[in-house]
Amino acid sequence: MTALLTLDHLYLLTGAALLAVAALACADRANPRRWSSGLFWALWAVIYLAGDVLPAVVNGLIVLMLAALGGLGGVSLGRHGTRSVAQREASAARHGNRLFLPILAISATALAGSLTLKDVSAFGHLLVDPKSVTLASVGLGALVGLAAALWMTRERPMQVLHESRRLLEIMGPAVILPQMLATLGLLFTDAGVGRAVAAIATQTLPVDSAWLAAAAYGLGMAAFTMVMGNAFAAFPVMTAGIGIPILVGLHHGNPAVMAAIGMFCGYCGTLMTPMAANFNIIPAALLELKDRNAVIRAQWPTALMLLGVNIVLLRLFM
Amino acid sequence: MTLPATVSLWPLIGVAVVIVGFVLRFNPIVVVTVAGLATGLAAKLPPDLILAKLGTGFVKTRNLPLTLLLPLPVIGLLERHGLRERAQAWIAGIRSATAGRLLIVYLFIRESAAAMGLTLVGGHAPMVRPLVAPMTEAAAAQTHGPLPPAVRDRLKALAAATDNVGLFFGEDIFVAFGSIVLMQTFLAENGLVTDPLHIALWGIPTAIAAFVIHAARLLRLDRRLPALIAREGDKAAP
Repeated sequence: MTALLTLDHLYLLTGAALLAVAALACADRANPRRWSSGLFWALWAVIYLAGDVLPAVVNGLIVLMLAALGGLGGVSLGRHGTRSVAQREASAARHGNRLFLPILAISATALAGSLTLKDVSAFGHLLVDPKSVTLASVGLGALVGLAAALWMTRERPMQVLHESRRLLEIMGPAVILPQMLATLGLLFTDAGVGRAVAAIATQTLPVDSAWLAAAAYGLGMAAFTMVMGNAFAAFPVMTAGIGIPILVGLHHGNPAVMAAIGMFCGYCGTLMTPMAANFNIIPAALLELKDRNAVIRAQWPTALMLLGVNIVLLRLFM
Repeated sequence: MTLPATVSLWPLIGVAVVIVGFVLRFNPIVVVTVAGLATGLAAKLPPDLILAKLGTGFVKTRNLPLTLLLPLPVIGLLERHGLRERAQAWIAGIRSATAGRLLIVYLFIRESAAAMGLTLVGGHAPMVRPLVAPMTEAAAAQTHGPLPPAVRDRLKALAAATDNVGLFFGEDIFVAFGSIVLMQTFLAENGLVTDPLHIALWGIPTAIAAFVIHAARLLRLDRRLPALIAREGDKAAP
């Protein structure tokens, strides 16, 4: 059974919007680097519109061009004709709390969709592809929220593209970092980084006492997650290297406890690394913070204290 | 891929590039690209294969930015019509609101929703930028007066951090969450039978500890804010 809404539709929508943003960026004479900025957004659009039909090497060249434009200052901020604070305050007073409704509609629709759309079908077609229910629901939520926002503000649809460009340019080229880092993670796996780290860890870490073994597993999960940017990548390596042979094999630990708390040790690592760009670097860009590591600075004390608690819990319960 | 008899340590050169690059604060996009190329070369891959792997990986992971990108148009449009100003005015009407208390409430909502599998409640793009961050700023400003830019940034960063802590340590006590499936499958492949429910249950102590630790830090923030504002204010006007 085919699905009416798949991930491919969201990719086409995203690609088309990015292409429009690229055109607007090129047309913005206030932007000192409008052509290279436009090229950056257009190349990213190509990845969404044609990434799966282009040869892999061509996609690789696009990645290198994106990295060069984004990494060497080719993408800059234009002018967006924003309204004054007084205008926005007047508008806020006029609309009141109704302004929150489209935002809540995004989350509510996404939530309802993710809970119900899995097996809804019509005319012999599934409504959404079961493999991508969550993202399809987020997409539906965004569309519902957009319709509500347009209706409420009586803006021209063109303004949607202007606002999208404003927010994208505020975040800047950092928006491609999550994809770049995930790609690097795949390359690391292919090249055998996990095996190398596990080899070093198992040969050098002290594992004779249960306390030291628990600490080695917990700290190893956190540290390896910081390198890979992802606890899911660290879990198989550390668990096969230290967890199963030492914690379960030598010290007769409970595997469910080891897995649950070990993964949380990895999450503590996620909170402390720029490699987890989606959680740490992107919000800094989105919130227009001066220091791109500000979110990590705000959360490392929580992460470190919790890592300590986790290691104690691991030793006591395992 | 066949396992070599002795494990090669050369691929670690990419890890070294990443660590040195981030510590020296080079542009992260450049650091990551160089690390990728170095890793490929250290693994003795031909250049066109490295390019192909970069391209394939980048296309395969293009679903990642969608949760960020899709809500942006709505947020942009509403911001133009005073969304942030409204959020600030609303919180200013609640006398007992402080930055720390507000974030504790958000931490509780985010973490308990995630624990029930509702990870789509919250998020940096749909909630933190348009609502939580401006409300936190407004709550602090209502008690302490105008805030220096560095203090504003500190509060916004804490709002983003609170979203992360709530999500991470809530979602792993939801049985059907992907990571629990991943753990159980991996353990089963290695001959260890576990019940997903047990893995979820053993996550609860950490979930509680995460809430207590982060909430305590947020309460401490309320107490420290006056000193922080005085210090940053002096810096701004020497």
